[in-house]
Amino acid sequence: MSAVLASGLTDFLRSAIEPQVQVDAIGIGAIYALMAVGIGLVFGVLRLVNFAYGQLVMAGAFALAFASDRDWPVWLGIVLCFGVVIALSMAMDRVVFRPLRTQSPATMLVATFAVAFLLQAIALLIDQSDDTLGEPAASLAKLNLPWTILGTDVRKITVVAIVTAAVCLVALVLFLGRTTVGLQMRAASMDFQTARLIGVRANRVIGSAVLVSGILAAIVAVMLTVQQPLVTSTFALRETIVVLAGVVVGGMNKLLSATLGGFAIGYASGLLGGALPTEQSQYLPSFLFGLVILTLLVRPAGLFTRGRGPVERV
Amino acid sequence: MRQLRTFAPVLAPLALVAVTAIVGSFFERSTEIYFINALVAVSIVVALYVFVGNSGVLSFGHIAFVAVGSWTAGVLSVPVEEKPATMPNLFGFLSDTTVGNIPSLLLAALVGGLFALLAGLPLMRLSGLAAGIATFAVLEITNNILRYYERVGPGLNVFSSVPETTDMQQAAIGAIVAIVVAFLYQVSRFGRQLRAARDDAPAARAVGISVYLQRLIAFALSGALAGFAGGLYVHYLPINADVVYLDLTFITLAMLVIGGMTSLWGAVVGALAVSGLDSLLAEAENGLGGVDLPSGSRIVVVGALMAIVLILRPSGITGGKEIRLRRVARVAPAKEGAT
Repeated sequence: MSAVLASGLTDFLRSAIEPQVQVDAIGIGAIYALMAVGIGLVFGVLRLVNFAYGQLVMAGAFALAFASDRDWPVWLGIVLCFGVVIALSMAMDRVVFRPLRTQSPATMLVATFAVAFLLQAIALLIDQSDDTLGEPAASLAKLNLPWTILGTDVRKITVVAIVTAAVCLVALVLFLGRTTVGLQMRAASMDFQTARLIGVRANRVIGSAVLVSGILAAIVAVMLTVQQPLVTSTFALRETIVVLAGVVVGGMNKLLSATLGGFAIGYASGLLGGALPTEQSQYLPSFLFGLVILTLLVRPAGLFTRGRGPVERV
Repeated sequence: MRQLRTFAPVLAPLALVAVTAIVGSFFERSTEIYFINALVAVSIVVALYVFVGNSGVLSFGHIAFVAVGSWTAGVLSVPVEEKPATMPNLFGFLSDTTVGNIPSLLLAALVGGLFALLAGLPLMRLSGLAAGIATFAVLEITNNILRYYERVGPGLNVFSSVPETTDMQQAAIGAIVAIVVAFLYQVSRFGRQLRAARDDAPAARAVGISVYLQRLIAFALSGALAGFAGGLYVHYLPINADVVYLDLTFITLAMLVIGGMTSLWGAVVGALAVSGLDSLLAEAENGLGGVDLPSGSRIVVVGALMAIVLILRPSGITGGKEIRLRRVARVAPAKEGAT
């Protein structure tokens, strides 16, 4: 029994260090890290776990499919995607989150469920109006073709994803560190009450956080649509759930730890997906969420947080 | 009189369930099914309430216990001679055994409760978001295993040939049992200790309450009720692993929060209100009373109304309070939920 287990583990490790598996895993990790930043930014200022984040991405993907269907040039489709996602993100904040800002986390979380439900149902109505299942966004598909580097197939989108994620993260660090709004956002995520007392304007700070997280959702929408050109109403739902778990595992209180958590869970799922033997790959979610439980039990305040973290008032 | 006042809050939810069942039984089968559905939803939401309402910790994992209950009751109730056709890969002891309706429900409760106890042993040490995600992980793992492990059930297929014993009567009795158990728990010393810990954890610890132990008790009890509700469910609809997964998790949590998550009355009102609205809109999609909604718009309306209720009444329709026997004006306001 233990011999079987040991040889299974060796096989797993041997496939896990293959460059192909590694590159794909890093590519998934990069996209998940961007989603984690989008979720973490809003959580920082609003203490709100935005479950409807995936539906923002889904709306962007629908915009891309719409543009592709009408043979618009790719750049126009991407502009439309950004416009739709950012507008929806701001509208969500104005209509739902702002009135609920002072409510309990449970109420806010369920409100984001309601928004997610609503957007998903609208998407389903749009999807079914032309009697097809899913809308193809074919115009971006050429980015999905591979380059062969040293015997490893690297899809162009993987390179784009890794580069974009790196650029976005550097830009974000500069934004948070070097601008007034960025400074105010960091202050607000540490202690909103005190930040307001010394003149930070709540609506402006929250508005910027929502705006930036909307921009990130649009970027993620473009990259996910390249990888899965068939857009349905459950687009990005799975990814959002996994990223939410990753963000909590990494540590929600700091943006950096949340981002690392998002990357880590994307990387882990890419690794498991590439290295698990075929007959066990259907149990990938069990392995992944088993890891989530184990990590949370060992480090409940977050894998990438230092010290014990703030004492939570149970 | 004092006794009466202690037990008064349970009367309103029970009456509401009874009225729902009686009104529902006047309709023909095609409409009756909405009422049965609503009563099964009451059992699930009340199970969820026992843990979430009393402890204040969100759980996304309770549908896993519902699923395990459905699997237990479903697999054990299919007649032995039909099992090889629908579930050929079952473990021997499962394919050789068939039990009746009531034993299958009790076993569903037992398995649900044991599973919740085992899962709760490590998980109840967590709180806040970590607890939420960990319970969600339980749901993911459970669903993943039930979906692909055909030694314990039908895998990806639907349960067929489970006797459809959950009629209006059984659904109503099931909901009543769940409500009575939940109520007896919340007025017991365990329930009161857990609610004390919910409202002020440091103070509760200071008087010697073990928050971990109280949460574990509530988690196991609500897991048992959820398993029981899952048994009711599989005896009424041919379900599969997709039915007891994400959508049911969100809709039941939404029912609880919309009703008011800190009271039993809120759990029952929320479950009935959201199911009722959903059924009305489903009928309207088929063209009821001149209103003719396009198909699929039901969920749009339910989602929008859920958001509106939360914005207008963030603590739920009932405000999270139990219904009182009499309103007595006092100088000091009575503690909520304690009556």
